Amino acid sequence: MTTAQLISWLVAAITFGTVIMYGCIGETINQKAGGLNLGVPGIMQLGGISALAAAFIYEKSAAVPVPAVGMIITLLASLLAAGLGGLLYAFLTVSLKVNQNVTGLTLTIFGTGVANFFGGSMMKLSGGVGTISVAATSGAFRMKIPWISTHFGTFGSIFLSHGWMVYVAILAAVIAQIFLSRTRTGLNLRAVGENPATADAAGINVTKYKYLASVIGAAICGLGGLFYVMDYIQGTWANDSAIEALGWLAVALVIFTSWKPKNAVWGAYLFGLCYWAYIYIPAGISKFFAEKFKLTNITYMQNLYKMLPYLVTIVVLCMVSRRKKRENQAPASLGISYFREER
Amino acid sequence: MEHRHQKAPLFHVRKKDDTTFVQAVLIRAVFIILALLVSALFIFFVTKLDPVSVYMSMFKGAFGTARRTWITIRDACLLLMISVALSPAFRMRFWNCGAEGQVLIGGLTTAAFMIYMGNKIPTAALLTLMLVVSAAAGGIWALLPAVFKAKYDTNETLFTLMMNYLAIQLVEFFVDFWDKKQSHSVGIINMTSQKGWFPALFGQQYAINILLVVIITVGVYIYMNYSKHGYEGTVVGESVATARYAGINVPSVIRRNVLISGAIAGIAGFVEVAGISHTISKQTAGGRGFTAIIVCWLAKFNPFIMAVISLFLVFLDKGAAQIASDFGLNEFASDIITGILLFFILSAEFFINYSISRSEPGKEAH
Repeated sequence: MTTAQLISWLVAAITFGTVIMYGCIGETINQKAGGLNLGVPGIMQLGGISALAAAFIYEKSAAVPVPAVGMIITLLASLLAAGLGGLLYAFLTVSLKVNQNVTGLTLTIFGTGVANFFGGSMMKLSGGVGTISVAATSGAFRMKIPWISTHFGTFGSIFLSHGWMVYVAILAAVIAQIFLSRTRTGLNLRAVGENPATADAAGINVTKYKYLASVIGAAICGLGGLFYVMDYIQGTWANDSAIEALGWLAVALVIFTSWKPKNAVWGAYLFGLCYWAYIYIPAGISKFFAEKFKLTNITYMQNLYKMLPYLVTIVVLCMVSRRKKRENQAPASLGISYFREER
Repeated sequence: MEHRHQKAPLFHVRKKDDTTFVQAVLIRAVFIILALLVSALFIFFVTKLDPVSVYMSMFKGAFGTARRTWITIRDACLLLMISVALSPAFRMRFWNCGAEGQVLIGGLTTAAFMIYMGNKIPTAALLTLMLVVSAAAGGIWALLPAVFKAKYDTNETLFTLMMNYLAIQLVEFFVDFWDKKQSHSVGIINMTSQKGWFPALFGQQYAINILLVVIITVGVYIYMNYSKHGYEGTVVGESVATARYAGINVPSVIRRNVLISGAIAGIAGFVEVAGISHTISKQTAGGRGFTAIIVCWLAKFNPFIMAVISLFLVFLDKGAAQIASDFGLNEFASDIITGILLFFILSAEFFINYSISRSEPGKEAH
């Protein structure tokens, strides 16, 4: 592998990792309050499509779109839509005590439907077969840091040449970590997730914490979708449910990081490396297998290489459960609705 | 502490167990009507079309002709089969989110046998063989997470989810492998010879599909409700501690029930490939593995209710596809309407199981 290939692999891994890092941080906050939200893929799609729709409407209506304005509108739309998804989840699972798995999966079906319905319709609106383009807004998200991105050699081109949301994700991970482990509110939140009855008895408003964790967590997840749409695929849309697959990986990353947002920083990039490995696995290896399996085209092997991130997740899942270290376990009440009168 | 002085909640929620069957049906009916109203609003605002004519169009799409009706029944049967497949696992609170992958692997195995054995053995033997191997393949695909769950209590929700993606990639690999034209599609397998296809029975093309589903549904119902093994699963689901105390070998119960669950999902893949589409792609399971989770949970393992919900969801799906083509909408409208309906049906459960009343001021509950 050449140095150039290695650099492009790392860059791709960081961009990819950022999408699932947002999803992981948001889901961790929700899970720490006891909410296992399997709607992450749906919420990320809600965040992504609303961002694109907002940018699309803005750029269509404004004579000369101002990138910064487009960016703010887009961010707000995304946070709002994803937050509403979290609110719906909280309403159903906390107030109406519906099973969390079922609610989450329904949210994923709904979010996928909304995103692909409007995504597809927008493609039609913008002139049929062509793709949508919100160049100005997307540009504002992808803008590199002036001077810094070009003056630090190889290190700079790997780590300092991304859009600003890459760095916000790292910041969010650090803040979430400090919030959960060092602040009073974070401690209360964890108490709700470990044992809501005890937290309730201690005077913590369990319902409020669960609602807020779900809404804020979902809003952060939604940023993953926004980043995917605006940066990763550069302000376009494809009805290929790619975000859905990323959403599941984000949920897996929560376990991989053992519910510690600080681990999401390197964990997400590691997932990114695994995800893109199929392009960078040396041709010699593919050729060897292709001859063995009598494949007509060596790129067919890529289908198997793409299993890598999922295999890694499974291995980690098994290892974590085997070791059973107390600090690496899921919150004790994860997945269970709290009903005061049953305590 | 700052949270000490909470206000008394506005509503008082109480569990109730005196809801009659008629009341439960009525509550669900009200919520379904509400859901249809909300969906109508959505349809109206997005399309400016008259919702009534849209719903008429949906009905036409699902039951407009005899052929369409059969297709709706056929697809509802498939969804029912996957939902039935999940029940032995869900009874134990083993969240098998991997039916999607188990269906795919069953379908993949079936496709392999159609391709390699199609001309070698007679159809009846081939179909029997495919039934067995697809069940085995689906079962093994589910057994792996179950083994780890039983031994190390590994999170099965995520394990089974990840297995779905392994199955998708495996299917993608074989699609390329079998595709002779580099078009990333295997096309219709045995198009002219129809080897390995379900033959028509009593002049009905989908008779075998329906027959298989009925047999399996009844079989699972008997297994879960009238056999010792099935009862053990229920006990494990209620309380692992109780199960252990009663001398039940919990790991072995988990493995057995999940194996059965995966095997039936694998057979559903066989039905889809040999009995419906006669091809394999990563779309073969088409999200049914996830929808089935909701169906199974909503029906609380009652196969009759599962059948009703399956038929209803497939009706919606066919109907929405019809609106999409009639009014130039995007096919994903069906997912939105399904989502809205499910949210309402899920909410209805709360009003069946709980009662709420206004809290009396100054009188804190308990």
